[in-house]
Amino acid sequence: MPVSVANSQVVYDAMKGVGVTLVSALPETWLVHLVRMADEDPEMTLVRLAKEEEGVGVSAGAHFAGVRSAMLLQNHGFLQAINGIVGVSLLYKIPLLMLITDRGSFGEKDPWQTEGGKYTRPVLDALHIAHDDLNRADEVKPKIAHAMTLAQSSLSPVALLLQRDLMWEEPK
Amino acid sequence: MKRLDCLKAIYPQLEDCAVVTIMGAVAAELYSLGHRANFFYLEHAMGLASSIGLGIALSQPKRKVVVIDGDGSVLMNLGGLTTMARSRPNNLVHIIFDNETLLSVGGGAPGGYKWFTTATSVGTDLAGIAKAAGFPRAQMVRELEDFEEAALDAINGDQLTCIVAKVDAEMPKSFLMDVHMLENRFEFPRALQSRRSE
Repeated sequence: MPVSVANSQVVYDAMKGVGVTLVSALPETWLVHLVRMADEDPEMTLVRLAKEEEGVGVSAGAHFAGVRSAMLLQNHGFLQAINGIVGVSLLYKIPLLMLITDRGSFGEKDPWQTEGGKYTRPVLDALHIAHDDLNRADEVKPKIAHAMTLAQSSLSPVALLLQRDLMWEEPK
Repeated sequence: MKRLDCLKAIYPQLEDCAVVTIMGAVAAELYSLGHRANFFYLEHAMGLASSIGLGIALSQPKRKVVVIDGDGSVLMNLGGLTTMARSRPNNLVHIIFDNETLLSVGGGAPGGYKWFTTATSVGTDLAGIAKAAGFPRAQMVRELEDFEEAALDAINGDQLTCIVAKVDAEMPKSFLMDVHMLENRFEFPRALQSRRSE
């Protein structure tokens, strides 16, 4: 499977580097290694969700308890979680770091991924959620650090959109 | 069985717990018994009180976490029961007041009239669902003394437990709560982190 192990590791290390010790997740192809790394790491609590909105609650609970967390999800997972993001994170001013694999943009071969990708940015913008793209390995660490800093200072959700160039390696 | 009597029965035991309630009648009645900084009332996002409780329980494993939920909310996040069951924190107690109605969002009315019942009114068994989801302990109770025994046993025990309490679909005496959501939001983590029992 041509999901980049090396860049998944860079993302994982950057998450740990900003103090994340709890990750909630649902899988999708680009996230397989990140979820596996969380599962194999004895220092990380991995919460396998049934649906993404739960993760917003789990992260809020972790925040209340003094633990930094992150959510691993895909475009449609983000869209699924909107009510929780509005009714918990935004309403109650709770930091939330979302790492969203951004499917459905240029290069997408799966027809079923092409719709959700179109709405991710407009919905983030409509909710005034700060977001940025992760395209290259060298920008991962500083951007995740800056995202976590803003989440904590603004008491808000923030999103990093994991891009194809970072997560996917075309088979040679 | 009345919700308020159930809450009175467990109130003294909640002092050192992290308590997360749903909105509406449950929040108002717990508040009426005496607000504490370790009580968090989730005034929106129905279904996520249990997810918040799970996040706390996993993050502070030495602290007892009590989620006080309702049938309408639980039905909005049935998958969350499976997430709790597979995570299986032994410091989490999930109490569900089942009045078979979406009482606090307009489904109930004074005098017990039910505008909008939930599926539990026609046979859906939330304790059975929790059990089947993988909760090591789940039971339904209809009498106050049974509730008190089960709830105190769970709070003092060390096993993920779900207690479904069948209660009357009665409005609280008042919905008044003189603590702002954001005040509650900030005092709650302060209480959890200053009295961190680990």
